Amino acid sequence: MSNGKSMMVDTSRCTACRGCQVACKQWNGLPGTKTKQTGTYQNPPDFSHETWKLVRFAEGKAENGKPYWYFFSDMCRHCLQPSCMEAMKKNEIVQDTQTGAVIYTPQTKDLVFKDVVDGCPYNIPRQDPKSKAIKKCTLCLDRLKANMIPACALSCPTGSVQFGERDEILKVVEARVAELKKTYPKAKALNADQVRVIYIVTDDAEKYHKYAES
Amino acid sequence: MTNHWIDIKNSDCVLIMGSNAAENHPISFKWVLRAKEKGAKVISVDPRFTRTSSRADYYAPLRSGTDIAFLGGMIHYILTQEKFFKDYVYNYTNAAYLVNERFGFEDGLFSGYNPETKKYDKAAWAFQKDAQGLVRKDPTFQDPRCVLQLLKKHYSRYTLEKVSSITGTPVEDLKAVYEMYAATGRPDKAGTIMYALGWTQHTVGVQNIRTMSMIQLLLGNIGIAGGGVNALRGEPNVQGSTDQAILYHILPGYLAAPRASAQGLKGYLEAITPKTKEPQSANWPQNLPKYVVSLLKCWFGENATAANDFGYNYLPKLDDGQSCSIMETFDAMYEGKLKGFLSVGQNPACSLPNAGKVRAALSKLDWLVHANIFDNETASFWHGPGVDPKKVKTEVFLLPAAASMEKAGSMTNSGRWVHWKYVASAPPGDAISAGDIFYRIMAKVKALYAKEGGNAAEPIKALKWDYADSKGAFDTLAVAKAMNGYFLEDVTIAGKAYKKGDNVPGFALLSDEGKTSSGNWLHCGMFTTDGKNLSARRGKSDPTGLGLYPEWAWCWPVNRRIIYNRASVDPAGQPYNPARPLLRWAGDKWVGDVPDGPWPPLADKDKGRLPFIMKPDGVSFLYGPGLNEGPFPEHYEPLESPLAKNPMSGQRINPAVKIFKGEVDKFASADAKFPLVCSTYTCTEHWCTGGSTRWMSWLNEAMPQVYVEMSQELAALKGIKNGDKVRVASVRGQLEAVAMVTHRLRPFKVQGQDVHQVGMTFNYGWRYPADCGDSANLLTPTVGDANTMTPEYKAFMVNVSKA
Repeated sequence: MSNGKSMMVDTSRCTACRGCQVACKQWNGLPGTKTKQTGTYQNPPDFSHETWKLVRFAEGKAENGKPYWYFFSDMCRHCLQPSCMEAMKKNEIVQDTQTGAVIYTPQTKDLVFKDVVDGCPYNIPRQDPKSKAIKKCTLCLDRLKANMIPACALSCPTGSVQFGERDEILKVVEARVAELKKTYPKAKALNADQVRVIYIVTDDAEKYHKYAES
Repeated sequence: MTNHWIDIKNSDCVLIMGSNAAENHPISFKWVLRAKEKGAKVISVDPRFTRTSSRADYYAPLRSGTDIAFLGGMIHYILTQEKFFKDYVYNYTNAAYLVNERFGFEDGLFSGYNPETKKYDKAAWAFQKDAQGLVRKDPTFQDPRCVLQLLKKHYSRYTLEKVSSITGTPVEDLKAVYEMYAATGRPDKAGTIMYALGWTQHTVGVQNIRTMSMIQLLLGNIGIAGGGVNALRGEPNVQGSTDQAILYHILPGYLAAPRASAQGLKGYLEAITPKTKEPQSANWPQNLPKYVVSLLKCWFGENATAANDFGYNYLPKLDDGQSCSIMETFDAMYEGKLKGFLSVGQNPACSLPNAGKVRAALSKLDWLVHANIFDNETASFWHGPGVDPKKVKTEVFLLPAAASMEKAGSMTNSGRWVHWKYVASAPPGDAISAGDIFYRIMAKVKALYAKEGGNAAEPIKALKWDYADSKGAFDTLAVAKAMNGYFLEDVTIAGKAYKKGDNVPGFALLSDEGKTSSGNWLHCGMFTTDGKNLSARRGKSDPTGLGLYPEWAWCWPVNRRIIYNRASVDPAGQPYNPARPLLRWAGDKWVGDVPDGPWPPLADKDKGRLPFIMKPDGVSFLYGPGLNEGPFPEHYEPLESPLAKNPMSGQRINPAVKIFKGEVDKFASADAKFPLVCSTYTCTEHWCTGGSTRWMSWLNEAMPQVYVEMSQELAALKGIKNGDKVRVASVRGQLEAVAMVTHRLRPFKVQGQDVHQVGMTFNYGWRYPADCGDSANLLTPTVGDANTMTPEYKAFMVNVSKA
């Protein structure tokens, strides 16, 4: 087997247009949930069984006194060795051998949700309150099997989200981090050797999102 | 755009000011970031730190409505630091022109002002002319009456400290931006400006853009790859609809609308056709008569003859000085002077200023025909908040229209690229395209007039109206071909024979004798002689490597991808920047983009031509004696501002703006009851008033309700917490919103005082969803730019309090 697939999410190229967030819902048939404006652009406020891709917004004042506004297009990292799988009783969570996508089957309803979510260092899984099944991003495995890239990667206008063979993406990530370091000394790829969905940040990871890095 | 979207990647410095490109033109950021990755600097200047600012190399805040002060300071910097591109300025602008002695400027007013009419006598600004009628010039640029010296003098008042005290931009930010941008004033550097409604929607909108155009000329940034003056137009074919004259003051192809005082076709053509004695000026607009006559031949066919002035008298005429902007239309409607209104694909009850007045005006109509893909606040005004349907006499017809992907036709992007598109899916139910709706209505009107006659029946009877396909439906391809135009008889031009019925392959072949038709001269050349539609091309070759893609779609004029491109070369025709050559004279022909005319370069004193071919004298205007408020842009405060006095002069507001004086058009400036500057805008997730996007659950989920952004400092002063429900009020109206308290807005230090600014999107309305809130345009003032009447949505005064 090849080393499977990978995705780069380069936050330095993200404009938070949220095309990815909407494209995820569109392809996966997920509804727009009823939300309220609570004083932030981030909406829905968090993942749910109906929201698998979410652009997180984080703002503050930088050292130079000017504002910063960071965007983190959050999703399942599709870990190489997913610790959420440790909560399995049988085969409720599977890893696609070809791509490496981590898939929650409907049988996840039989798992202890707390064990699954506590096992995830990135706080991704969410439970459907009705069916009790646990839901999250599938890496658009159905699209991958039809030789299409994930819906979020396709929708990205700036090249922030790029998808391909893991070996290739790792090279792209490495080159991009090296380039960014010239301007942003803190630039780095997050957990690149453990995850398939690799984020590049230019500042401390926790400034983007509490669970950005494990 | 003088340039086009892909060309942004060629830039060395991208100034994003008066637009929020990342949020409102998301795809553009593909090219902005590509430029950035090649080393370009990206600068964001905005009252609010936006998603654009977050991706910029440098962010500078400014108070809404002070762009001319900011940019005037940049002109001062460029001139005093000698950062301008001397060869370009000397050869290709009117820097050497001498201005007559009547021109002057004192305390905010140029000479020739009449305070009663609020108009200038522009003759006071004219150039000096010699006995032969040529403009007098000073090749040494030292004469105090030459444009360069007058320019230096005018902007010497825009010092860093002065500008900072008006704009609220810290001096170090001004310096940094000026330095970064002025660095493009070298032959091997290109700077571009991306602007949009943040510049147009002011009482000084046109002058905002003109100030930047002057900067681009000083730096030699017009006509080159990676440069230009680039208006980011809206998504649904805004560029195309402007080209086809959606506005009252023009006919298709930007031909001036006829005025009543012009005597017949001859008088009209004399009024609009510029003349020059300048030997090396192409003065391309001298051809306007050909375009006018061809347009009349398109509209009236065989009923347009030399004997009847080609039907010129069938055209409606504006009275001299008459303005028929949408604000004036609704003012007349409010006064009860209009009986009916056709509203297509718009939502004035939420999109126009002082929306309370607009909604009241709609109830004065007898009938309203509204074509749209969804119901909206305009079609449903009769059961809006506070309206008793029983008391509304207006009869409303809501016609279901096809959405953009449900119809074929051309779509023109901001870069003037005309793309032919196809039907992706049939419209639902009874919906048909807006074109079809109006084609059918006009066909019925014509039939009625033919049968019954009526007032002024002749123009309607004479109208050529044969754009139906074999099934009787509106045929967009037939319309597109008519816009391109036809030869109406067999002719031979420059040794080449064309047959009657052939499409005219370029506007240079149009005739003022009735031998051709063309519904829009700018579209002439989109079809080949044998009818091939060039806008349907999808060729991907890029011979220059600059991303011009000459075989992808077709762009007006004549597939020229960057206009004024003759300014990218020196007088000998060689590129100023050999590393990014857009055009080059190869001894007997031009190589590169389609040149701005076939003539040899300027150095050929006989056949060579100056590069600014649309200007009468062939050079661009640093001093521009054409606009309504003066030949040099000057800072004036918005109609509503926090300042009682303009720090630059005794003239507080643009002296040429029209003030509406009706009972519901109230204004409050420097008023303690409304101390906060407010600006309206739109977010990525919704489109304009949300008339189409608020019916989409994924978008409502992302941006569900009306919000008002404010600084931490202002919120603390007002005792407001993030997420609180607040009331936003202007002297005209009020609405509830959710407070978004953010680091991304900061108080401005203006004239030594703290000035706070807030901002709201105008994406919402009461109709749907039920709890999303109402339109921010309930707050905005009915006032517009002195040249275009574009409303001042971007700067007005409000207050905010806890609800």
